[in-house]
Amino acid sequence: MSKQINVALIGNPNTGKTSVFNALTGLNQKVGNYPGITVEKKQGICKLPRGVKAHIIDLPGTYSLNASSLDENVVIELLLNKNDKDFPDIAVVVTDVENLKRNLLLFTQIKDLEIPTLLVINMADRMSYKGISLDIDYLEEKLNTKIALISTRKNQGIDKLKQLISNYKDVSIEPCIDTTQIDVNYFENLKNAFPNQLLYKLWLVITQDVNFGKTDRNEIDPVANFKTKSKADLKRLQQKETIKRYQFINAALDQGQSIDLSQAKDLRIKLDRILTHKVWGYVIFGIILLTIFQAIYDWSSVPMDFIDGLFASLSEWTKNQLPHGAFTSLLAEGIIPGLGGIIIFIPQIAFLFLFIAVLEESGYMSRVVFLMDRIMRRFGLSGKSVVPLISGTACAIPAIMATRNIESWKERLITILVTPFTTCSARLPVYLIIIALVIPEGRFIGLSYQALTLMLLYLIGFGTAIISAYILNRILKIRSKTFFVIEMPNYKLPLFKNVALTVIEKTKAFIFGAGKIILAISIILWFLASYGPGEQFNNAEEIVKKEFASENLPTEILQQKIASHKLEHSFIGIAGHAIEPTIRPLGYDWKIGIALISSFAAREVFVGTLATIYSVGSDDEDTIKNRMAGEVNPVLGGPLFTIASGISLLLFYAFAMQCMSTLAIVKKETNSWKWPILQLVIMTAFAYIVALIAFQFLK
Amino acid sequence: MQDTLAHLKRGERAIITDVSSIHIPLKLLEMGCLPGNSVQLVQVAPFQDPMYLNINGSHLAIRKETASHILIEKIAHE
Repeated sequence: MSKQINVALIGNPNTGKTSVFNALTGLNQKVGNYPGITVEKKQGICKLPRGVKAHIIDLPGTYSLNASSLDENVVIELLLNKNDKDFPDIAVVVTDVENLKRNLLLFTQIKDLEIPTLLVINMADRMSYKGISLDIDYLEEKLNTKIALISTRKNQGIDKLKQLISNYKDVSIEPCIDTTQIDVNYFENLKNAFPNQLLYKLWLVITQDVNFGKTDRNEIDPVANFKTKSKADLKRLQQKETIKRYQFINAALDQGQSIDLSQAKDLRIKLDRILTHKVWGYVIFGIILLTIFQAIYDWSSVPMDFIDGLFASLSEWTKNQLPHGAFTSLLAEGIIPGLGGIIIFIPQIAFLFLFIAVLEESGYMSRVVFLMDRIMRRFGLSGKSVVPLISGTACAIPAIMATRNIESWKERLITILVTPFTTCSARLPVYLIIIALVIPEGRFIGLSYQALTLMLLYLIGFGTAIISAYILNRILKIRSKTFFVIEMPNYKLPLFKNVALTVIEKTKAFIFGAGKIILAISIILWFLASYGPGEQFNNAEEIVKKEFASENLPTEILQQKIASHKLEHSFIGIAGHAIEPTIRPLGYDWKIGIALISSFAAREVFVGTLATIYSVGSDDEDTIKNRMAGEVNPVLGGPLFTIASGISLLLFYAFAMQCMSTLAIVKKETNSWKWPILQLVIMTAFAYIVALIAFQFLK
Repeated sequence: MQDTLAHLKRGERAIITDVSSIHIPLKLLEMGCLPGNSVQLVQVAPFQDPMYLNINGSHLAIRKETASHILIEKIAHE
């Protein structure tokens, strides 16, 4: 069999490029990352006629070869590097029939790199609706390429495209435009300095710096023996180049395309009149948000309870079926609950991604960004920060991944840094039990104090995120482009296949990415809680039995006493005692200390840890609650959980950075340890101070 | 003083006359914001910012600050 054909799918955002990718590869795709950066790399295999296979890469959407973001830069890096194993044998440029003119700009640039380039004109099903007709033969001749007119929605033209890909050797590599014409002298010099290089390629390398700043290139070093131009001059030349490209495109489309506007119907205008309206736009957005919250909390509680129960019984079953020993214990008390702790989030994450995918596919998300940009900008954020801040109420991890399309690095960084303040679902169980414990049951104008406290905690989360964004905006001295351009795409009915694939992929990425960490931590925690140094731990049974020998306790209670004694002298118990002096001013004892330590793996561990510590064998919250209510403060006497210590604990959980997985994802997205460490230190220090003030003030 | 895109009112049309300011990102030019092309203000967010434009058939939104660097000539209402 001959070698695989390397195909690169390239196109503007919103052209249905991913639909084309899905149509070509089906489920034969895998998503990874480009080495060292977190840009998604989607690739797949497509079977072509005559037994040939094509290896297809779906490159990030870009408007041109002049990158303005990390995602876009991937496209240029690949197309400029002939030695890359993924360097395409053929580039397939996907365009949208309604935006053909603008989409062709990228096509002309890729063609000028002398890479064989096919043109796909997608969404052909909308042509009659928009009154567009195309003379394909004429366009093929003018643009000097082969054209596949397709509709992924109607599944038309895909076979033609496969045919064209398999005949890639017939595609012309002649450039569209003579770039040297924009400044003859300059390009003459360039040619003399680098006689063996393609001039347009050199030009792209030189100008990347102007637009983006980051490209390490080993092939050519423009500053070596060639005097380049000032940034402003280069920019002027780029403008000239762009105008020239449009002249070429206009000349081709003048005869190759005709649009009968009287035939065109426009749903967009009608929808936009309401959806981007100064008042109704915000009202509708609010309603959509409420629906999403409702779904995430309400709808996902059923599958979550199911998963919870499933893992509890699985753990129980393992304990009973396997022989006693360290391995069984590790499996039943470490690994299985650990896995459960990951899998329980799947319903929420899947729902969240479902909504986000639908909002994005339909074109509505751009309208939200438009509506919110001005408001968010006051706080150093972008309209595009809205999506992560909303997602953060489910989980900060996917939320931080959703910041990628923010152009300005500063706005993006601030969004990443403040997102963990929003009240994620893992804080909820902690809030619920403490509120039930310390907030009295009365009502205030019909609303219960407890519900009001919970609402207040959500508001505190959002408020802190916004205020810290404002402060960070003042402090951070990052020079970064502040421009903001967002395409307002046409409204479309989301394709089920695209939405389903997105939800599956993102959920998978979450489980395998964050899951590894959560699992590792839960194994470590199990180990630390199950082993301890010295007599007190190893002979716990005898010591406790001796102590209570005279009291003749029932076996059950005696077992609890033993477990409790063991925990106190396990490694984690010792750690709890060690940090007790630090947390005593906040009103906590060493047992809460243990819960705090284990919460650094993931907040939701709090309730479970307390359950173990208070030797209550079940997760039944009432029992834990009663136990907690009975705890006595070692210093002050009286109950341990009072309004003061309870509120102090609530505030601590609201602000502290207690999520390893979030830190890991921040490290991945910012490509540096600096930001996650700063987040950890500052958020936790702030939490400590606020909790301290709250306790000392209220006690 | 010459009109800029920031002066356009909702529904009004104009022809772009100059985009040579260095404050205009290249991306915008690539999306069709070039001299000679027509532009219409489709919608504005509160405080006229950002502005939702139809430039030569491309629909996009930009901040008012960027719009104030794009010179235009208004087309009188038909």
